[in-house]
Amino acid sequence: MANLAADFVGIKSPNPFWLASAPPTDKAYNVTRAFKAGWGGVVWKTLGEEGPPVVNVNGPRYGAIWGADRRLLGLNNIELITDRDLYVNLREIKQIKKDWPDRAVVVSLMVPCEEQAWKAILPLVEETGADGVELNFGCPHGMSERGMGSAVGQVPEYVEMVVRWCKAHTRMPVITKLTPNITDIRKPARAAKAGGTDAVSLINTINSITAIDLDTFSPEPSIDGKGTHGGYCGPAVKPIALSMVSEIARDAECAGLPISAIGGITTWRDAAEFMALGAGNVQVCTAAMTYGFKIVQEMISGLENWMDAKGHRTLADFTGRAVANVTDWQYLNLNYVTKARIDQDKCISCGRCHIACEDTSHQAITLTVNGKRRFEVIEEECVGCNLCVNVCPVEGCIEMVPLAAGAVDRRTGLKVSGKFADWTTHPNNPMARTAAE
Amino acid sequence: MANARLKDGIAAGRLSPAEYRANFADLHPPLDEHEARVAADRCYFCHDAPCVTACPTSIDIPLFIREIATGNPLGSARTIFEQNILGGMCARVCPTEQLCEEACVRQAAEGKPVEIGRLQRYATDHAMAGGVQFFSRAAPTGRSVAVVGAGPAGLACAHRLAMLGHDVTLFEARKKAGGLNEYGIASYKTVDGFAQKEVDYVTAIGGIEIRKGKTLGDGLTVEGLLDEYDAVFLAIGLGGVNALGAKGEKADGAADAVDFIAELRQARDLSKLPIGRRVVVIGGGMTAIDAAVQSKLLGAEEVTICYRRGPEAMKASTFEQELAAAKGVTIRHWLQPVRVLSKKGRVTGIELEYTEEKKGRLVGTGETLKLECDQVFKAIGQTLRSRDLDGAARRLEFERGKIRTDAEGRTSIPRVWAGGDCTSTGDDLTVSAVAQGRDAAMSIHRALMG
Repeated sequence: MANLAADFVGIKSPNPFWLASAPPTDKAYNVTRAFKAGWGGVVWKTLGEEGPPVVNVNGPRYGAIWGADRRLLGLNNIELITDRDLYVNLREIKQIKKDWPDRAVVVSLMVPCEEQAWKAILPLVEETGADGVELNFGCPHGMSERGMGSAVGQVPEYVEMVVRWCKAHTRMPVITKLTPNITDIRKPARAAKAGGTDAVSLINTINSITAIDLDTFSPEPSIDGKGTHGGYCGPAVKPIALSMVSEIARDAECAGLPISAIGGITTWRDAAEFMALGAGNVQVCTAAMTYGFKIVQEMISGLENWMDAKGHRTLADFTGRAVANVTDWQYLNLNYVTKARIDQDKCISCGRCHIACEDTSHQAITLTVNGKRRFEVIEEECVGCNLCVNVCPVEGCIEMVPLAAGAVDRRTGLKVSGKFADWTTHPNNPMARTAAE
Repeated sequence: MANARLKDGIAAGRLSPAEYRANFADLHPPLDEHEARVAADRCYFCHDAPCVTACPTSIDIPLFIREIATGNPLGSARTIFEQNILGGMCARVCPTEQLCEEACVRQAAEGKPVEIGRLQRYATDHAMAGGVQFFSRAAPTGRSVAVVGAGPAGLACAHRLAMLGHDVTLFEARKKAGGLNEYGIASYKTVDGFAQKEVDYVTAIGGIEIRKGKTLGDGLTVEGLLDEYDAVFLAIGLGGVNALGAKGEKADGAADAVDFIAELRQARDLSKLPIGRRVVVIGGGMTAIDAAVQSKLLGAEEVTICYRRGPEAMKASTFEQELAAAKGVTIRHWLQPVRVLSKKGRVTGIELEYTEEKKGRLVGTGETLKLECDQVFKAIGQTLRSRDLDGAARRLEFERGKIRTDAEGRTSIPRVWAGGDCTSTGDDLTVSAVAQGRDAAMSIHRALMG
């Protein structure tokens, strides 16, 4: 039986599923419900410095985009950090940690970019018995206009500086949360590492406007006819997050830097994928905000069953297993040749593969065969691009089948070589190294 | 009222007012906006979509559904009406389970097609409720066309001709236009006077003059029309009803199902419409189902459809057969009528003979069965009566008892076109009649302007 217990930078939790710092973790009430549902840990919604409470807008805070059947694909928000009193939060955190000693309780923090501010708040958190802190260098809206959040995360020197202060002023593990609103995610990650961070977490939300109201011409969410960019999250951002996590996981300078993965994680499968890319645990928000806390039960049982089926006894057995397979384009095997194959028994004859290929790609799928509606791959034209697979509504109906070594690629007329060959040695590459032959 | 329900013989007022209302409410209530979005989201926007191929009027179904899904119901309605100006009625009465929805790839994928018919109704209702007209008349051509019969084929033809700039006179034998849409379809499929609303919507384009109470053989002749008009389109439907060929079918209580359906459609107060306590319907098509189901809905205690072959041979779709069963109608197969039984001239039952198929031929087994009943409805098909064609019958060519036309709807008489059920290409479907009327109009247009 798989053991889901996680140890992330010394913070233990019965499973790797944490709730990310966000509205679901703003109050003891919510967190209690989350722990009852089975979540392994929470990152408490970001606390700010002592003083008058943060003010939120009183209009809509969220915008969204939807897929078919109004399935929520992407959510954005313009909510700020907690607008509750600092000491109320601290009292509740202390009580929660006391009530749920086996769960991870990490506290997200965002105070001005001054050493004194961080020095003041860290002992207050430490006193609650929380397991660690997460530095919010990510929120792209509101607080960033005041020099906090992503305004820090976008300047690697600031990241390093603040991390260094925090490590100097607390014994707690420090997790640095990164903003994706930056060109190269490795830069702030390296800076955080240089500052001594125990881990990074990513991604925070992405600058976004979800819609424009075509009656009022206001962006959504609309506050009295005006809008501002919010932070985008949910299933739509998962591919971006996977890529950014992989960038850090395979960066030599970041080697060994623990990663807590965030970004559109909705199912156990998403979680396993991030962990395969090197994440030590995962943080979830939008999925819980969409469906409630119970989804963690699916995540736990799904991950357990998959691990059992694959023979992984602990999370470490598969963590990072995909990292070595992420490479640069130039190192991809150009001698790997695939052709689409359509399973005629599964085909429902919608014709989408045909029209996608015909109109926008390589004219490699028939519409009729012998006068009858039938979709077959024309191997002479198929470049193996996979578009047909992606537009087909039936899972597993179209497959990309690799040609065996020695087989003739009917498009090029050439025999498939069994040997690996990439762009670095390709004759068309003016920078090519001399081929080994 | 309990006694009224069980009253012997043929009697009115078997049900309470609330029961009549509930029984004759919309069979498929309209989709609301949310339901329409959810239903539309299921469409895969197929290429060269099988549903379009299966539609006799070739409506661009994926496009109109995508227009619904994207919050553009008017665009959707226009897409429908461009191909089928009676798209509103077809959305209600088409046997979609045998046409577009049977072909839907999600039927193949999951056994659950996109609800094309109900989505079509959503879009067309939206436009018609707002009185939105999408088409206007072209500049007058100075040509005029006589359209005989204001049913689906005649209306579709008249609309397209008017749109192309021709002047149309639409002759209708009955008091109301609409043909079978008004007189021949179960009322729960087209509630709230929809057939007349649709006639108004179609003729609102202008250039269509309707003359009611005008019929061939009764003041009108094809020759006379040809003298007065540049072209003639015949869409006179089928005026005759096949006889049972059973003894005693003239008895009081034995009637044609089409007359019963028409009477029911025109009834202002259903509680005044008498129905037998026990009803037998002979036939296996849509008319048989409509008559049987409506008999049951009027409060008949026992309704039995007797059909001479097996279920798969019935012209009524599986959906219709199941609908009848769900409403409490018993369908019995392999039975053919021998004699309508009567007492003092009133129907008391029917004697039927069991049948079987031998070497592809239907034969009686000799064994008979008697069913007690108060009323017998005959629904074994309709025929073209030559008297409905007046003298033109002598010059027209026929095929299987109906007017022969070519693919464009041209008859054997120059300048005379025909479409709908009266032609050999007709297949008893509203949607096919619309397609034929529309295509004949295009053919007439080419001939007149060529």
